[in-house]
Amino acid sequence: MTSLLAPEHREPTRSYPSYSRPLVLRLLATREFAVVALLVGVFLYATANVEFFDGPLTLYFLFRDLAPVLLIALPMTLIIVTGEIDLSVASVMGLSAVVMALLHFEAGWSIPAAAAVAVVVGTICGAVNGFLVAYVGLPSLAVTIGTLALFRGIAVGLTGTTQYTGFPQEWRDLALDRISEGSRFPLVLVPITVLAVLFLVLLHFTTFGRGVFEIGLNDEAARFTGVDVERTKFVLFVFAGAVAAMAGIYFALVYNSARGNTGEGTELKVIAAVLLGGVSIFGGRGALPGVIAGALLIGVLSSALRLESVEDNQINIIIGGLLILSVISGSVLGALRGRLRLPGRAAPPPPGPPGGPGTEAPPGA
Amino acid sequence: MKRNPQRLAALASLALAATLGFSACGSDDDNGGGGGDGGSDAIVFLPKNLGNPYFDASTTGGERAADEFGGSIEEVGPDEPTAELQVPFIDTAAQQGVGALVVSANDPSALCDSLNQARDAGVKVVTFDSDVEADCRDLFVSQADAAGIAKAQVDLIAEQIDGNGEVAILSAAANATNQNEWIALMEEELAANYPDIELVDTVYGDDDDQKSFDQTEALLSQYPDLEGIISPTTVGISAAARYLSESDAKGEVALTGLGTPNQMREYVENGTVEAFALWNPEELGYLAAYTAHALASGEIEGDEGDTFEAGDLGEYTVGADGVVLLGEPYVFDKSNINDFDF
Repeated sequence: MTSLLAPEHREPTRSYPSYSRPLVLRLLATREFAVVALLVGVFLYATANVEFFDGPLTLYFLFRDLAPVLLIALPMTLIIVTGEIDLSVASVMGLSAVVMALLHFEAGWSIPAAAAVAVVVGTICGAVNGFLVAYVGLPSLAVTIGTLALFRGIAVGLTGTTQYTGFPQEWRDLALDRISEGSRFPLVLVPITVLAVLFLVLLHFTTFGRGVFEIGLNDEAARFTGVDVERTKFVLFVFAGAVAAMAGIYFALVYNSARGNTGEGTELKVIAAVLLGGVSIFGGRGALPGVIAGALLIGVLSSALRLESVEDNQINIIIGGLLILSVISGSVLGALRGRLRLPGRAAPPPPGPPGGPGTEAPPGA
Repeated sequence: MKRNPQRLAALASLALAATLGFSACGSDDDNGGGGGDGGSDAIVFLPKNLGNPYFDASTTGGERAADEFGGSIEEVGPDEPTAELQVPFIDTAAQQGVGALVVSANDPSALCDSLNQARDAGVKVVTFDSDVEADCRDLFVSQADAAGIAKAQVDLIAEQIDGNGEVAILSAAANATNQNEWIALMEEELAANYPDIELVDTVYGDDDDQKSFDQTEALLSQYPDLEGIISPTTVGISAAARYLSESDAKGEVALTGLGTPNQMREYVENGTVEAFALWNPEELGYLAAYTAHALASGEIEGDEGDTFEAGDLGEYTVGADGVVLLGEPYVFDKSNINDFDF
């Protein structure tokens, strides 16, 4: 795509890293780095000042509880960068957990077989979302609110009020284990890291990822530059469904419980982490490292505040406030940059000659 | 696409930045075991959910006990009564290394790993009201045993109908384990001690208010000589009381069973119901706090036969399977019902 833009023109506005700037600036003067810095700051502060935060259990619990959010945030980032959203992920978690439980306890299947079917079910859920959004052309907000209720309804309908507990200990141990004996990091961080690297490469270092950003900026323009908009969106929703199903299976094994309402509310935590990580809700800008830092920031903050005996409602107020601040700061910084004509990443198009297709300013960023 | 060396460098740097948080995390190992300085007097109460009058009462009892033995009680809990939501609170207590955790479990097995992890970290775990599997806690403070519950209700009805006449039972679901156990014990108790009382029927209201109401009506029309009804379920007793208070049988047919003061206050005050039984959640919390204190301070190990003092409730002994029994059910009547709000 870059070859389409005449190099002698002024650099047109783009949301992905502009390689004309020096590496240090590109790395440090970003919202993602601000989130990482905030995360490190909060972590160091909590370690020094919050009693018991440096204890041996803190990080283990933190990662164990945050794992579903970290997992689902990966595909969710790509979806939000295209300007879409998937609100049904928590319902897919619930449905896949229930499907695994039913196959295991009612039909006598082994856990790996039941889990595999659960992932297939999650993938199908994602495909339903993707088909309705990408090929039928319905707004993802409406579609996934609908499937949020639909998938949750199926999950509750399948189990009624029954709660399935008593998953086999050897599989639960796998979900609960630590990387090595006495380590503070649960084993689940290994698949999370692998998936994170895969999604990082996919979003930031492939043509597919370029297409994701292009769609978020302007999907018509993206279409003209050769991006298969429908297929891209469809694939992303399928990813989200599959990953949400894995998170549901993990959740069921870790908490030894699967029922209709498993995972309820997780979608909001995931979206909060994605937005806190610097992804624009309007699409077109964002970076995966920021999202991971955003999720970890929410985890560290909750953990530290809980250790300080702050009530959950107050923790939600603090995280909600932080989220709004981060969204506002994005807009304010963008506006400031525009006014000062600073060569920032999200500056509006200069009043010079148009640079070519795909130069529309990212809305609101 | 050509390979851009700068791009590789950017990838490496991004990865570096992303792992910054992780590496910072690993930097401070060796901070000792979880047995922290929360102190053995720090007791955390974790009810099924907050904002529930029943557990407000038990926590009040726990606080009263803590005042007496000079400890401190902190109440934490989720807004919704589900086991998953209780897990983070158990984890936090483990991290803080509190002296003891007093839990009413939303699930008998789902909390086990967390509770055992807390115990590994030196926290004593006492369950009350609703138990977990016996190997996941140190002691269970039981509100009442089945025999005591059955006997209390039979004694109440016998007293109210002068030990003579036809009675019926309005139960919950036909396959409810605890209900059937109580009904069997009530039958034994009647046969053994009240030969003049005849149990004519057992009907099931399925813990549904309307169905219980209809079943009461059916009982009265089917057995015109009925003297009393026992309803060992809170839904059943309040539905039956509502029916009786509106019918001619008010004051003629006695009603007792297990109910909560807030549901039954109206019917006790208007004379439909003379007395009914349940345990006193405040005493339950009081005893649970003393039990936790006795464990955390090392006064007892939690073995069968251990004895400890629980303030003005007197001396208690740990029974089989690590159960501490509160005692006889508590009888509510006109004289004391206004002391309770749950």
